[in-house]
Amino acid sequence: MKNLLKHHETYVLLVIIIFSAIITVINPRFLTLENFFDVVKSYSFIGILAVGVTFVLISGGIDISFTAVATVAQYVMAVMIIRYGGNIFTAFLLAAAVGISLGLINATLIYFFNIPTIITTIATLNIYYGILIVISGGKWIYALPGWFRAFADIRLFTLCTDEGIKYGLSIITSIWILVVIIAWVILRYTKLGRGIYAMGGSMNAARRAGFNIFRTQMFVYSFTGLMAGLAGLVQALLVQTVAPNSIVGKELDVIAAVVLGGASLAGGVGTLFGTILGVTLIAIMSNGMTLMRVSSFWYNVFIGLIIILSVAFSAYQRRTKAKRAIAVEVE
Amino acid sequence: MRSRHSELIILGCITTAIFALMWVFNPNQFLRIGNLQNMAFQLPELGLLSLAMMVTMLTGGINLSIIATANLSGIVTALILTAMINPDAPPPGSGGIIILAICAGLLTAMLIGLLNGILVAVIDVSPILATLGMMILVNGLTIVITKGYVISGLPNAVRFIGNGVVLGIPMGTIIFALCAGIMALILNLTVLGFNIYMVGSNPTASNFAGVNNTAVLIKTYIISGLYAGIAAMIMISRFNSAKAGYGESYLLVTILASVLGGTSAAGGFGKVSGLVMSLIILQIASSGFNLLGVSAFLTIAFWGFIIILVMVVNFISAKVLERKAA
Repeated sequence: MKNLLKHHETYVLLVIIIFSAIITVINPRFLTLENFFDVVKSYSFIGILAVGVTFVLISGGIDISFTAVATVAQYVMAVMIIRYGGNIFTAFLLAAAVGISLGLINATLIYFFNIPTIITTIATLNIYYGILIVISGGKWIYALPGWFRAFADIRLFTLCTDEGIKYGLSIITSIWILVVIIAWVILRYTKLGRGIYAMGGSMNAARRAGFNIFRTQMFVYSFTGLMAGLAGLVQALLVQTVAPNSIVGKELDVIAAVVLGGASLAGGVGTLFGTILGVTLIAIMSNGMTLMRVSSFWYNVFIGLIIILSVAFSAYQRRTKAKRAIAVEVE
Repeated sequence: MRSRHSELIILGCITTAIFALMWVFNPNQFLRIGNLQNMAFQLPELGLLSLAMMVTMLTGGINLSIIATANLSGIVTALILTAMINPDAPPPGSGGIIILAICAGLLTAMLIGLLNGILVAVIDVSPILATLGMMILVNGLTIVITKGYVISGLPNAVRFIGNGVVLGIPMGTIIFALCAGIMALILNLTVLGFNIYMVGSNPTASNFAGVNNTAVLIKTYIISGLYAGIAAMIMISRFNSAKAGYGESYLLVTILASVLGGTSAAGGFGKVSGLVMSLIILQIASSGFNLLGVSAFLTIAFWGFIIILVMVVNFISAKVLERKAA
């Protein structure tokens, strides 16, 4: 029990349970499988982005450009599959390739020129997005191929409500689940993953311990790029239109969700489980407010309050912990 | 110290180069009074917001809530004005009401700054998170208060702040110049300014040197809020309205402008003169491109290129200096 109380995740989980209870009392429709599958599906886009952001935050950096990367990957993918045809695998490959390349550009600037990560990625956000809008003219794409539409409707298993409405585990949700599992294995069981934690804790210590900083940096930013690319594809699957201005501007919301889950901006801290809880909390808030018929105007006020309380609480915990421990810092 | 000066020289060179380039490309239009005045009208908002951003970056922090703060502060002022003054038939003594409304707006902004300061300095939340949460919260409040509607119809006297011209110089520019001057005075000549740089370069050292870090940080965030509030007054007066979500795209640009002007993201370094110069670079580039008919989005991409270019040049010149020293 004492061990559980030490973890940030425990508190987030508690808040989620309390909220879910309140919402269910007011509207029992919240706790149905149908609503559950719906919410999980519609949050798979934010969820995949959040996985990428978790990696960067753990490594001690920050990435602002991932929304632009997602937009570019999505747009290039859509244009190519419309012009040259293909199937769902080429769509995946295209989105992934664009995402990884743009991530590598970020990593190169950060590693070789030692530019602070926040500055680099704000600059590249503007560059990627600016160039995309200029080349595309900001045009929306509606005419996605039929197979692209059909793929989005696939369900791994299907259930039926009493009224005969079908629902189930969408293929889109399963992409998210797969991504989380792979990311979890990398973070937890590979040398690369441990290197990311080590680098976030202390760059020098990680170098002395024998981690290859260059390779780790490159991996982190290209992985975030890959996640952004996949998220771009998933968003296109969800809404079946490609609008260049629909993703950029959400970067701080995704970072907020990850931070709610306990990842620290100082690096070295954070878990995928925490990130999933953070995204869940935000999803439940938004879905719950709709179900409770609270005006959506209040949404941001609640989210903002929760974030402030959560970060204040964990800062307070950290301070009491630091007071108890005697630390010797060696530069 | 020498390297800081060389940064200003680099910025000066870029400014001159871009100015010359734009003049060559638009020989007939660029130097016309109308265009210069146009540039001067757009600069103040971004400039004041960048000052609000820069002062927190000097302490090693950041303030993501400046745009939200500006919007809430503008909405408070606009609500009081539209409730008490009919713009077509201003009641006698409306001057007092206008001053009261502006003070209320600025106080709101300072209050948000105070809350940020308490979160950062007393509770020890990292500035990025504290102000990110505050940004979302305050944005929410602006939406709740306005219900998404635009509040418009401000009295003429208020419209003068953003649109008026004194001796050929736009009123907004005069306000910006004053505020930039005051900020430079605070940073260079007062104890608070000295302490802001101290806290930014090494908080532990400044603490042992007897500086009250908590008080310095709280004051810094209040100043940041106040400057966002002043930007709000110019903003509502220029648009003749207030609304949730005005100017959101400025947020990341203010960070770019500060860094381009030599402010270090890690804190401790940065000058108002550098910031003003970087703002002029950004403004010349965007006006010049605009005259050339280049898309605004390409301009934004170009800003991104400039910032990376400057950071790369700084990095290389630092490396060269290091090698010379060794």
